[in-house]
Amino acid sequence: MSEQEPRELPEPGPPSAPQGRVLAAVAAGGALGALARYGALVLWPGAGGFPWRVFVVNVSGCALIGVLMVLTVERGRIAHPLVRPFLGVGVLGGYTTFSTYAADVSGLLARQEVAVAMAYTAATAVAALAAVWAAAVATRAWLDRGAGSGAGSDARSDVRSDTRSGVRDMGTGRAV
Amino acid sequence: MTWLLVAIGGAVGAPLRYLTDRAVQASQGPGVPYVFPWGTFTANIAGSLLLGVLTGAAVSSPAHALLATGLCGALTTYSTFSYETLRLAETGRAFLAAANVLASLLAGLGAVFVGAELAGGFGV
Repeated sequence: MSEQEPRELPEPGPPSAPQGRVLAAVAAGGALGALARYGALVLWPGAGGFPWRVFVVNVSGCALIGVLMVLTVERGRIAHPLVRPFLGVGVLGGYTTFSTYAADVSGLLARQEVAVAMAYTAATAVAALAAVWAAAVATRAWLDRGAGSGAGSDARSDVRSDTRSGVRDMGTGRAV
Repeated sequence: MTWLLVAIGGAVGAPLRYLTDRAVQASQGPGVPYVFPWGTFTANIAGSLLLGVLTGAAVSSPAHALLATGLCGALTTYSTFSYETLRLAETGRAFLAAANVLASLLAGLGAVFVGAELAGGFGV
């Protein structure tokens, strides 16, 4: 899937911010994410069969986390220590759901809708992984666009070079 | 009112997932490289078990908004699960990536079933 050198998963631990502030950011994000998911369920008419609404919520959330993780953990383009707890762990974690997915599959099986249950199970897993992969690849490509020519074109106040161990881009060896 | 209950549930569920992830990692001991995402796995299965209990117990609408839609929804996550699976695949750990997906699906489904049975069995 990638020619990058094998390396450990990005540090999932806390960024360098006080634990209380991190928890507050996660909680605030979780409330917003859960509201967005609930909003999608309320605004779209639901029907039996394939749970389209939860499918769309989960797949879109996976695409967004692909963008976010490349910008934060992988490339350090967004270095504020509360961005990932708020947007990643909180908003996107609260927006997407695994439990509703599992419960919907269980419900479909209980109603003997085995084919729909299998299709939903596989479609969500495949689409979610494809979404996070495509979003991460596209974001990396976007960050690497015109490498060496337009160095100042994407300069932003919240962008700073990040050479901490483990967040350098090992693929290009550049400290981004 | 329902919106408020969902928000409160989400504000509790997401930090619970974060703390679960941290506790699971800490339990693996210092210096142990974080490879398989046991933290997210644990949160997802625990949330699925609780949702199974709530479904089996056929709780009231407000309780469902607070605990099922809000808390269980935010305690569990598909986005982090997907990203961690992607990282496993991209770092040459295709087997662990596939194992994460299959184990999460089977354990999540099993947890919903067990939770519902528990709720039914105890007449919650």
